[in-house]
Amino acid sequence: MKRFKIPEVPMRPFIQSGVGVLLGLFLGALLMVIFGYDPIIAYYWLFRGAFGSVSDIMETLAFATPLMLTAVTFAIGVKTGLFNIGAEGQMYLGAVGAAAAAGAITLPAGLHVAVATAFGMFLGALWAVPVALLKMWRGVHEVISTIMFNWIAFHLATYLIVYYLADPGRAERTVPALPSARYPTLMEGSTLTAVVFIVVAFCIGIYIYLWGTKAGYELRLVGVNPDAASYAGVSSRRVTLLSFVIGGLAAGLAGASQIIGRPPAWSLYATLGNVIALGFDGIGVALIGRNHPIGGIFAAVFYGGLRHGSRLMEYRAGVFSELVRAINGLIVVALAIPEIVAIIRRRFEK
Amino acid sequence: MRVLSLLKGKKVLWLLVAVVLVAILIYIVEEFELSPVSLLEGGLLAMTPLALTAVGECINEKAGVVNVGLEGILLISSVVGVFGAELFGNGFLGLLVGAGTGAFIGVVFGVISVYGKADQVVAGMGINIFALGFVQYLLMSIWGFPGVHLVQRNLLVRPIYTPIGQLSVVTIFAIIVAGLAHIFLYKTVLGFRIRATGESPQAVDVAGVRVDRVRILSSTLGGALCGLAGAFMPLAWFGVVVKEISAGRGFIALACVVFAGLEPLLALAAALIFGFSEGFSFAVAVTPGVKEIIPFYFVNMIPYITTLVIVTIAIGKKRFPKASGVPYRRE
Repeated sequence: MKRFKIPEVPMRPFIQSGVGVLLGLFLGALLMVIFGYDPIIAYYWLFRGAFGSVSDIMETLAFATPLMLTAVTFAIGVKTGLFNIGAEGQMYLGAVGAAAAAGAITLPAGLHVAVATAFGMFLGALWAVPVALLKMWRGVHEVISTIMFNWIAFHLATYLIVYYLADPGRAERTVPALPSARYPTLMEGSTLTAVVFIVVAFCIGIYIYLWGTKAGYELRLVGVNPDAASYAGVSSRRVTLLSFVIGGLAAGLAGASQIIGRPPAWSLYATLGNVIALGFDGIGVALIGRNHPIGGIFAAVFYGGLRHGSRLMEYRAGVFSELVRAINGLIVVALAIPEIVAIIRRRFEK
Repeated sequence: MRVLSLLKGKKVLWLLVAVVLVAILIYIVEEFELSPVSLLEGGLLAMTPLALTAVGECINEKAGVVNVGLEGILLISSVVGVFGAELFGNGFLGLLVGAGTGAFIGVVFGVISVYGKADQVVAGMGINIFALGFVQYLLMSIWGFPGVHLVQRNLLVRPIYTPIGQLSVVTIFAIIVAGLAHIFLYKTVLGFRIRATGESPQAVDVAGVRVDRVRILSSTLGGALCGLAGAFMPLAWFGVVVKEISAGRGFIALACVVFAGLEPLLALAAALIFGFSEGFSFAVAVTPGVKEIIPFYFVNMIPYITTLVIVTIAIGKKRFPKASGVPYRRE
């Protein structure tokens, strides 16, 4: 740990992310104009809704919490040379696990939270293992296998909720987490709970793991140069498994955080409506955060802000809130273009 | 001759065995009337979007453009296709609008990949995420109702009656397209250029062929076929458009492409197997006696599990174009 230093931060990634975000917002404005909305008014309410008051900022952080984790899932995949888009399904399983442990068993207060969290993370990681094994043994590309596992997880989670976990009083959701399994809320009237500290600590832990330990170094080495890694005696199979399992732990925690760390439901809806698409959102967040666990925290706050603010935008400007997710996709496309800054600069210099 | 040389591979043998097994199963189910819905009709309907999408992807991957945004194209073109059908008051025009939408996204993706030198997997995934939100925004902005829209009955593309049952025109078109794509890729000059662009863009460039144009053209073709598949789903199959209408079909089509090693005819065969597994799950889901025992949630998993199993078993040594997914830079 002694040798571990925080590296210098170059400016270039910030500029690229900034340009990508601005381009995404600009194209989003075009989509509003096409359908007859006023983008200036819409964006005003979007950002006011996201960061306009202290309670809004707390709410934005509550939206950001799971995204920090699903971003880690994708980012650690990229660091290992994998395109792991399985956070969605792993997150469903994490949510189911947390809902089951938090609603069905009784334990002392402190222990119950820990058990529910751990069980969610465990199921998330478990769901990532077959993908890793298929990749290691048969070379099945993770883009295909993770999506198939996401869909299987969707139907499996719905089945488990409807058949085993449903609240007898309100069948559309699971039995709510017992008070002993809930993270305390941080402010009256806000849905931000203490789980955010666990999540940020997890992200920092991943950062230290990747840049401060030998195992983390090996993991990144496989991503940067698999040949050099195998020459250095690093088993790429072991690293692949490790990358998927850590990603699964993060996604499982993301799912759990929405059950035992998010009022007012404290439960999982049978439609999975309160967790759906958080895994895919995490891909965009990871890319905005340059596939870095710490960058992901800030990117998650930005995108969490968009998600929270979009509700006020929908209410005040009439623009349907899901447009924000489309903007996230546009940002991802823009960030896929490595020379976008150079291209734009060339256009302006002509 | 090319078809014959294809038949040498061991995998092709497995594929033929699988197709024969599918045929036998269909025969048994139909003959003994085990299912209230026709397995053949259901299977062919489910095959159609997969086949169109997979054949399209074969073409653009041959040129070195890997588009994993198929799922997103399917989603967007299904909604825009229905909108087009309502606008023109004709289901067939709706299919065309869907194909046009797909072609447009294909052009954009081609330009991003060729001139932007984009990371194609990331850009494709961006299209998927974009579609996830955009489709809901479209449904809300056009019809003012979240997540679902019923297609008017008079706009549906009616099936035609054939000796083997009701068939959609698009299904027949999809089968013809697979054949045409094979001829196009292996018997025409442009097809040769597309394949060469995927293998060695430098050589193509030296020979005086524009790499950028070939790649954008093939990306457009692939997008158009995918868009047609998207519009087919609400207009000729489900009769309704919902926000998750594609349900992973874009990725199952990708599995078909990987499985087929970029051969359009093999992709068609693979689409038949995957489509059949989906038709089978539909048939099981409504069969009395079965639906009470097996929860419908497990039946829904059948297509995805089939995909995983087939991809796991059949993956092997396939030759993909050398410059697949790699942006071309002139030196």
